[in-house]
Amino acid sequence: MLKSVFIILLYQLIGELFQKFFGLSIPGPVIGLVLLLLTLLLIQKRQKVVPIKEDLFNSAEILLNYLPLLFIPLGVGVVMHLSLLEDNLASVVFVIILGTLSTLALTGYIMEKILRKKTLVD
Amino acid sequence: MIDQDKLYSIWVYLQAEPLFWLTLTIGSYLIADMAYKKSNLFPLLNPVAMSVLIVSLILILFNIKYERYFDGAKFIHFLLGPATVALAIPIYKNWNLIISNSKAILISLILGSTFAILITYTLSLYLELPKELIMSLLPRNVTAPIAMGISEIIGGIPSLTAIITILTGVVGASLGVFVFDVMKLKNMDARGFSLGLTSHGIGTARAMSRNKNAGVYAAVGMGLSGLLTSILVPLFLKII
Repeated sequence: MLKSVFIILLYQLIGELFQKFFGLSIPGPVIGLVLLLLTLLLIQKRQKVVPIKEDLFNSAEILLNYLPLLFIPLGVGVVMHLSLLEDNLASVVFVIILGTLSTLALTGYIMEKILRKKTLVD
Repeated sequence: MIDQDKLYSIWVYLQAEPLFWLTLTIGSYLIADMAYKKSNLFPLLNPVAMSVLIVSLILILFNIKYERYFDGAKFIHFLLGPATVALAIPIYKNWNLIISNSKAILISLILGSTFAILITYTLSLYLELPKELIMSLLPRNVTAPIAMGISEIIGGIPSLTAIITILTGVVGASLGVFVFDVMKLKNMDARGFSLGLTSHGIGTARAMSRNKNAGVYAAVGMGLSGLLTSILVPLFLKII
């Protein structure tokens, strides 16, 4: 457990440093995500066993199981911006609903079209 | 008789301690999560939205500054970064599936994610929303930890992004099925992927509860769109 916690924290730290060093506009933890993914894929490609794989998978699962809990503290910060939200509530809800439904429809449509072509070719 | 002064001094002690705010945050989440599961995962009873509501009401009711609350709750907040890194694991686990269907996944991913940003920006501009609100809206279709990170970088308000992201998830998870039915879209892989890309974790949970294949594709859509969007949004803002 402790080893996998160390690995996850280490990759986040590298990600944050990477972001600061190169002045990237991608969040540090996301860079950490990519680096961890690349490491795992590289180890797999060389057909070696990923060390502490089970341990890492378990820790990740625990963290991701409670993911919703983790954004409550920042979410509560909405109390500081209630007036901004209130003044634009109808517009924000409109953007969210129309934006979400149109993206859903478009993405689903494109993917189904490509998958159907693929089954025809196969 | 209850000693009023004593009660007051206990309250003063409690609200200054992280312990109280940590307990409150986890307690609200447990209650909200229980209600959500009792309701058979009814999207409008989203546990995060409900917990935020409970905690916010308590802060407003007792006139407590957000900074004081956050000072305690930051210990939970800290785990957000590590959890983001941990998102590498589900992508890694599904890597073979991604490779075996790379063309369909890649094209849908790029077009879907780009469209999500464009439609949000266009609509917000048309409705003349204030700039910080637009920036808070732009990453709304990806998982909250990544969306809040993007929001912070581009000058949005991460707290607002959290709420907006949850709302996006709830809308997609509750109305997605109707959209697909109206379109006569039957392919479960496509349905799932679209739900994950558009409504992140909430959409993925919905897809998983309905169809296993749809659930896996939703998880893939959620992970990959989180990655791509954190590159696309800053890039888009540089171009315009």
